[in-house]
Amino acid sequence: MHGLERIVLDQPFFTGLGPEFGAAISGCARNLRFAGGEYLFREGESANEFYLIRQGAVALELHSPGRQPIVVATLREGDILDGSWLVPPYCWTFDARASELVRVLGVDARCLRDKCEADHDLGYELMKRFAGAMGERLRAMRLQVADVYGPQRP
Amino acid sequence: MPGAKLVIERDGLQGVISGLAGRGYRVIGPTARDGAIVYDNTALLDDLPVGWTDHQDAGRYRIERRADAALFGYAVGPHSWKRFLHPPIERLWQARRDGDGFAIIENGETAEPLAFIGVRACELRAITIQDRVLLAGQYLDKTYKMRREHAFIVAVNCGEARGTCFCVSMDAGPQVKTGFDLALTELIDVSRHLFVVEVGSPAGADLVAGLPHRPATEEEITAAERIVTRTAGQMGRTLETEGLKELLQGNPDHPRWDAVAERCLTCGNCTNVCPTCFCTTIDDTTDLSGATAERVRRWDSCFTLDFSYIHDGSVRNTGRSRYRQWMTHKLAHWIDQFGTSGCVGCGRCITWCPVGIDITEEVAAIRAAPSCGSPDART
Amino acid sequence: MSTGHNVPDGRTQSSDGLVPLSVRVSRVRRETGDVATLELTPPFAFAATPGQFNMLYVFGLGEVAISLSGDPGEQTRLVHTVRAVGAVSRAITRLRRNQVIGVRGPYGSGWPVAEGEGSDIVIVAGGLGLAPLRPVIYHVLAHRQRYGRVVVLYGARGPADILYRRELEAWRRRLDVDITVTVDHAGADWRGNVGVVPALIQRAPVDPDHAVAMVCGPEIMMRFTIDALRRRGLAMDRIFISMERNMKCAIGLCGHCQFGPAFVCRDGPVFRFDRIAPFFDIREI
Repeated sequence: MHGLERIVLDQPFFTGLGPEFGAAISGCARNLRFAGGEYLFREGESANEFYLIRQGAVALELHSPGRQPIVVATLREGDILDGSWLVPPYCWTFDARASELVRVLGVDARCLRDKCEADHDLGYELMKRFAGAMGERLRAMRLQVADVYGPQRP
Repeated sequence: MPGAKLVIERDGLQGVISGLAGRGYRVIGPTARDGAIVYDNTALLDDLPVGWTDHQDAGRYRIERRADAALFGYAVGPHSWKRFLHPPIERLWQARRDGDGFAIIENGETAEPLAFIGVRACELRAITIQDRVLLAGQYLDKTYKMRREHAFIVAVNCGEARGTCFCVSMDAGPQVKTGFDLALTELIDVSRHLFVVEVGSPAGADLVAGLPHRPATEEEITAAERIVTRTAGQMGRTLETEGLKELLQGNPDHPRWDAVAERCLTCGNCTNVCPTCFCTTIDDTTDLSGATAERVRRWDSCFTLDFSYIHDGSVRNTGRSRYRQWMTHKLAHWIDQFGTSGCVGCGRCITWCPVGIDITEEVAAIRAAPSCGSPDART
Repeated sequence: MSTGHNVPDGRTQSSDGLVPLSVRVSRVRRETGDVATLELTPPFAFAATPGQFNMLYVFGLGEVAISLSGDPGEQTRLVHTVRAVGAVSRAITRLRRNQVIGVRGPYGSGWPVAEGEGSDIVIVAGGLGLAPLRPVIYHVLAHRQRYGRVVVLYGARGPADILYRRELEAWRRRLDVDITVTVDHAGADWRGNVGVVPALIQRAPVDPDHAVAMVCGPEIMMRFTIDALRRRGLAMDRIFISMERNMKCAIGLCGHCQFGPAFVCRDGPVFRFDRIAPFFDIREI
């Protein structure tokens, strides 16, 4: 198998994925690099690609007029960005800025969606993993929102 | 000598009381007052509840006249001996401002030694349970130790059990076994009124030596034993203790807790009357000028909302959790902490609960349907 | 049941353990809005193990249980980081240099610094939970060669709430310890990690088969952290947490601090997790 396929199957996110699926995904994939400060994408743009962070940190931001962007989460090596490509309207729901030099595996969304429609088994394997990752993210967000370190409001 | 069985006539008991008073003891015994049999200073035989008995059931207590003139013809009342050994309020120390600091003046007062008249087997067990709690840890309760070491105990074998008694289930009575200076069994019928006395210590032997007494006859000893056996058969309640620790620790979400919570007022009466409950709190106060401070320790109850208060609020916010805490601590956690159950089967919590919650009934209900709400064990 | 370690206690004023010692405040440092660190000078050497706590007494007002948060190797200084959450703690944070405070202790069980030798160490602190863990960091760094990889994960509410900033930065400059600070809510100037501490555990550079974790923070945070540690592969008997309950006597006689069968003042506050696991998930226990 070629290098990109190896990279795909080595990602912790794709642990347990059969090699035939690895080949399907790598067929839509490419390596990308973003310099520190560069935006990977912005809220509202079409989610044409999803990213697997291979190296570096990405800040999830919400922009707001008249103030600095609010960083709500930092994603790191092994994290995915994110699930917006899976379901319509296929739009990004936040800004993603590289906090430092970032290397990602970018996977073409339309390419992969077409393959999933054709092969539901591939689709299911991906769905399971995305659902798991989004669930984890949600759980962490809840703890963040709970603001447990602050003084308790009655 | 210890172990000997003697007889003292009914009136001879006055000699026991006077003998103790003469030796400098503060003599405390039962007395009928305010519709109950309580413990207070005792000087004369007539102070005792002569010819009184009690009727007890869940949430019910009343005393009434007996047909005879027995001195100990009742079970236990709302008081227990803990109010003397581990007082409801005690000043621990005072502090005085000293420059920009302060100096502590410890409580140096010593009170007279205590003599208890009429300690039941369940109460003796309760005292040894409190000994384990307050004296056997890394830090011990100094004043409790002092009062305990000098206490003289005149125990009594119960002549009758009451509606809420279950000392047999807790293996805490009715026979007084150890830990006493003298143990009395009252023999009263048309022909006699005397006490079979078992000497339990050199101090007990010493006291009796100075009083009119004679060896007990075989018949008297047998009669005394029969009384205790009869009492053991009269228990008003039973509590099955087999596997109780695991049962309660394993059922924190049993629906029974919800059921009892609907009745429990969290009034804390049970903790008040329970002879083994030991929880206290600390109050730090100053006088108006702010120059002198003192620290006072007083009884507290796990049923209060602020018992478990930490900065965010109370851990045990609901009455349900507080009842569960009390009962699980008493019957289960206590075994992990101190090696025995915390319950002696005296029945006070049942009698004095305003809504008649019965600990033996609660246990039976959980036993009847265990694992109704056991937590998934973290594996 | 044995749920903690038997630690020899330092000097206490009297045998009943209930009488505080007068101690002078030598320094007060404001950490954040409502948090201050006090340094006290005891009249004699005060030995305590990391994780233990003292009862601090304000004349006539009351007492609170505060963990020691200084260097356990320094027996001439008592360090306590206090947050103003009630009358007594607020009074403590308002003390000034040379004023006098009452101290009794130390009490409680300590962190497994001896047990952890030879293993990787993961220290996970949330909010004020860093204070009782700081003595561990001091100890481990002072005996660095006894431990494997050392990782510190610390979560604060926001950048302004980060405790011991200067020390964290100094430790971070070392090459033999891995420190990550994260915040729940970031300001504009924060260039560091944003997110909850448990999320950092998956990637912590330790060997889960040979690691010991020490966790302290609000109970919710500890719950999530324990879960993350277990998913990472740490066994329950390799995870240690510090519990908090209402303390009055601190010597196991008043009953207030009970947590299931454990007395937090005596069997804890540090607990090996497997020993309390059956009770940890019970609400309102």
